[in-house]
Amino acid sequence: MQIKFGYRDNFLCEIRPTGLLCSECMYIDGSTAVIEARDLKHKEVNDLCREAMLSGVSKIIINNVFGQRYIGTRLYNPDGQHKVTITINKFPGNDLGIFLDGHRIIVNGNAQDGVGNTMNEGEIIVHGRAGDVVAMAMRGGKIFVRDNVGYRAAIHMKEYRDKLPVLVIGGTAQDFMGEYLAGGVVIMLGLGLKENENHRANYIGTGMHGGVIYLRGHVEPHQLGKEVGVRELDDLDWQVLQTHVHEYCRHFSKEPAEILNGKFIKLLPVSRRPYGNIYAY
Amino acid sequence: MYSFQLPEFIIDRAADRCIRCRVCERQCANKVHSYDAELDRMFSGEKDCVGCQRCVVLCPTLALNVRPRTSDYRPNASWTRDKMQNLKKQAQTGGVILTGSGNDKPYRIYWDHLVLNASQVTNPSIDPLREPMELKTYLGRKPDSVKITRCADGFEVETESFPNVAIPTPLVFSAMSYGAISYPAYLSLAAAAKELGTLFNTGEGGLPEHMRREYGGNAIVQCASGRFGVDADYLNNAQIIEIKIGQGAKPGIGGHLPGEKVLANISETRMIPIGTDALSPAPQHDIYSIEDLSMLIYALKEASNYEKPVSVKIAAVHNVAAIASGIVRAGADIVAIDGFRGGTGAAPQTTRDNVGIPLELALAAVDKRLREEGIRNKCSIMVAGGIRCSADAIKAIALGADGVYVGTAALIAMGCTLCQKCYTGKCNWGITTQDPFLIKRLNPELTTQRLVNLMQAWSHEIQEMLGGMGINAIESLRGNRDHLRGIGLEDWELNVLGVKGAGE
Amino acid sequence: MRQQDHQSERFTPDKEMQACGLFGVMDTTGKRFGGDMAIKAIKNMKVRGNGLGGGFGVYGIYPDYQEYYAFHVMYQDKNQAAKRLVEEYLKQNFYVVYDEEIPTDPGVKVFQPPLVWRYFVSPPPRKKGTEENLTDDEYVVNKVMSVNINIEDAYVFSSGKNVGVFKGVGFPEEVAAYFMLDKLYQGYLWTVHSRFPTNTPGWWGGAHPFGILDWTVVHNGEISSYGTNRRFLAMHDYYCTLYTDTEVVAYAVDLLMRKQGLPIEVVSKIFAPPLWDAIKLMSEKEKKLYTTLRTVYAPLLLNGPFTIIVAHHNEMIGLTDRIRLRPITAGSKGDLVFLSSEEGAIRAVCPDLDMVWTPPGGEPVIVRLNSKDHLLSTNKSI
Repeated sequence: MQIKFGYRDNFLCEIRPTGLLCSECMYIDGSTAVIEARDLKHKEVNDLCREAMLSGVSKIIINNVFGQRYIGTRLYNPDGQHKVTITINKFPGNDLGIFLDGHRIIVNGNAQDGVGNTMNEGEIIVHGRAGDVVAMAMRGGKIFVRDNVGYRAAIHMKEYRDKLPVLVIGGTAQDFMGEYLAGGVVIMLGLGLKENENHRANYIGTGMHGGVIYLRGHVEPHQLGKEVGVRELDDLDWQVLQTHVHEYCRHFSKEPAEILNGKFIKLLPVSRRPYGNIYAY
Repeated sequence: MYSFQLPEFIIDRAADRCIRCRVCERQCANKVHSYDAELDRMFSGEKDCVGCQRCVVLCPTLALNVRPRTSDYRPNASWTRDKMQNLKKQAQTGGVILTGSGNDKPYRIYWDHLVLNASQVTNPSIDPLREPMELKTYLGRKPDSVKITRCADGFEVETESFPNVAIPTPLVFSAMSYGAISYPAYLSLAAAAKELGTLFNTGEGGLPEHMRREYGGNAIVQCASGRFGVDADYLNNAQIIEIKIGQGAKPGIGGHLPGEKVLANISETRMIPIGTDALSPAPQHDIYSIEDLSMLIYALKEASNYEKPVSVKIAAVHNVAAIASGIVRAGADIVAIDGFRGGTGAAPQTTRDNVGIPLELALAAVDKRLREEGIRNKCSIMVAGGIRCSADAIKAIALGADGVYVGTAALIAMGCTLCQKCYTGKCNWGITTQDPFLIKRLNPELTTQRLVNLMQAWSHEIQEMLGGMGINAIESLRGNRDHLRGIGLEDWELNVLGVKGAGE
Repeated sequence: MRQQDHQSERFTPDKEMQACGLFGVMDTTGKRFGGDMAIKAIKNMKVRGNGLGGGFGVYGIYPDYQEYYAFHVMYQDKNQAAKRLVEEYLKQNFYVVYDEEIPTDPGVKVFQPPLVWRYFVSPPPRKKGTEENLTDDEYVVNKVMSVNINIEDAYVFSSGKNVGVFKGVGFPEEVAAYFMLDKLYQGYLWTVHSRFPTNTPGWWGGAHPFGILDWTVVHNGEISSYGTNRRFLAMHDYYCTLYTDTEVVAYAVDLLMRKQGLPIEVVSKIFAPPLWDAIKLMSEKEKKLYTTLRTVYAPLLLNGPFTIIVAHHNEMIGLTDRIRLRPITAGSKGDLVFLSSEEGAIRAVCPDLDMVWTPPGGEPVIVRLNSKDHLLSTNKSI
């Protein structure tokens, strides 16, 4: 059996020079760059985004995105406060805004897995649904998803000093939502669920040791992880909730009063050290 | 509940030597020694002694002798003392038995069954004291070939090269996070790496912001499952970005840095609140598969504008060769393999002692596989886990490694005595502790010097051995198994290592 | 293929480890269409593979020969001796109605292409000896296994009626171009696989889909329970010759569905059973069902991450492991139903879907001809 096959590059093969793509697939009009992304490779789209940012635009519109990954990631800008707004039309690929550092991303379509993965600062607004591991290890900024999200949303999200990550999910989520949650605010509104229908997620907040989850709609006790305690909302909670729900409604043109009328519960970790006692010292 | 534990050590105190200066008492974080003013006598509670030898070394009159306690249960080859002690501890606590540093079980150490070659007559050995002896190593992906164009004043390279990092000696400090080790220990590794021009590895605990500018140029930064302290600035200030998939001491499991160790500085570095447990999940939750690994590799390349090599560190496990091949095909520029004798700040003992395979066999298998598939040039191989001396390091290079991670050896250079109690946070040597009183014992300047000394000594020894083989550039030894012979090994072991038996 | 070595587990080759991109599309009215969508969609997910394998399964491909088993036989290194042996063997055991070389585009450069030949065959009306009472399907399975195991350099890609599997080394779009799938063939159901193996590269037979009779399986992930599954199947006379997870899934499907007659809804709960925690909360009837399935078929629990698309005539099934460690997205537009590793790939070929949904782990999406059964899985989806 012949084994010496060599190496096929799946990611960097046939990447076209940025200069060429700049003239063919991007035009800059004042402070706005428009990128036509159909058939562009992952890296090519991001080459163009970076080029656009360096040229000083404040808005980048990317049309016909079909699965291209890492949009927003290459825009690390060590010495500048220069932040851009990226509008993505259609369907960005995995790891949208991974390590995002302060930019704003608006998606007119559904997003895939890994939205806002290890995001540091900025904002991601998805006019649709999102896939698995949304807001994984997110440390700061805000993510708004109009509809549902997949498995393991907000896994290991954490807050730090002045950074307080916020994830608002309009619909429901699948299992392990808030797993290992270490900080930040997760709001799940349950819009689109039928009356008296339970949320889809099981193991909500399993291993949670920080942060808070506000849930609108029904969950059975067995859907919650054993590290989670259920509380009523106090005034401060309502303030936090109102702020973010209003913002959610502004993004997606919904009526805040209707949403806030619903029944909310608050989930808190029972311990900041859920696994402190499993070891023999 | 009563513990039923046998003390592990006996402390002999020579009464005629002891001057009651109480140094031993002050030095022991386990509170073993105490002074009775009425009797004007020192007492030692052996029950809590971990055998770290701190008091022995610092006793001005050498009055102390701490030795393993030989009185034991009835000898039993099956139910050994440590098995019985652990059972009793678990019966008392219901907990997972923790331990620190590397696997101490008597598995075969292959380094000790490999011998090196030297030149006699047919080619000359080289004297490294006077003649050039190059250890410089480039870490990173290399292209298959180089395209050259002829220009007016000679030739020009046309091929685009991949980011590589040059180190003057193939020795690099292993991943040890700030949190697992103290700040002075961490800083010493960084400072020593800087002075030597080589690299240190931040581990998964982040790189403090105030160290980024000064030491980033010598840092391998890790992106692990907890994503502690990982932001774009951290990634862009590093030389190499390493994805930590596994650790030799505890393949397949995560880690918990207990909340009491997460004090102000560590909280800042890890970017989590003070006092919360820093939980590193077992897998990275965005990597459940090889194509997911590829996704994170390119995410990190994107985040660092394709300017840094990306390394993937895995524990040596059964299918390590196939896994390494997948990692290279997934786009990694460096594959780091951590063998099962690698150290740890805390791991369940059952995992540390029973999971994984020896580094030597893993390295040999990986190097062979990558060559068979024609992709060895696509990556550098770094190895870690139980490299105890320069001879281990040079044998690793001859088996196929590009660079060697030095972890436990560096800790020993700082003062560590392998008492294996890193997880208690009471390291009397100030290394694996965050206790402000204990960490003062480590003077970063002196410790840096000790680390620099160690690496320089090893580098000289490597040069001597290279010279002896008639080789004056380390790359000529890399993967050169002709310079190795096995002694006392079974046939299958020689096959896996790809070396002849001595005399063959 | 190498003769199975039964001496000891020690000598079984290493299992192949791999991950991939998957895509499947079916017209639920049975209307046939070309390969454009499948090719374009898998190309969209190029980074999920690494160029070491790609393949397609096409249903409804040979309407003119739909009564005959269509064998696609690959001859490694274009070994003519192997071809003679196979043809001799087929002549002895089947009635061969037609055969030809599968046309390829010589302009497409691929890695060490083998010779691939197709034969349309039917088993003899009266079988001989110990095989007298075998059904046609079982007879064919035996013969296919025999070729794969006993004839060096020959390997049967595909052995179902009105089904064709095309696969090889390279990115899937290269394999498609090589076999000219976009130009020459039509089917009502296409599955496609882009492969990212970490060992055994460079062998055409190792690519996917894996097929036996009209069953094909494409698979993403690495099954940690492989050793348990394989040894259980061996007890039922399925001997793995490829050492892949996919092969194990295919044999398990064959055992449970074809031989033991279990419906796919049940089979998916054997592969990806509910957790004991969930069973505890079920009604008594369900509790009994799931407890029985979990205990009787414990060795067929597929543990570890996987997404599979299993297809046979009239049916395409997508399933993930019970804690959904691998992705799947389903979509529909009119009569077309799609399954894919990524939504982006479906959108790339059909931007304006009527519906798109992602079922929870362990919940199958079952797409059936002339039915809307696939919508059942939307209830628990997001």
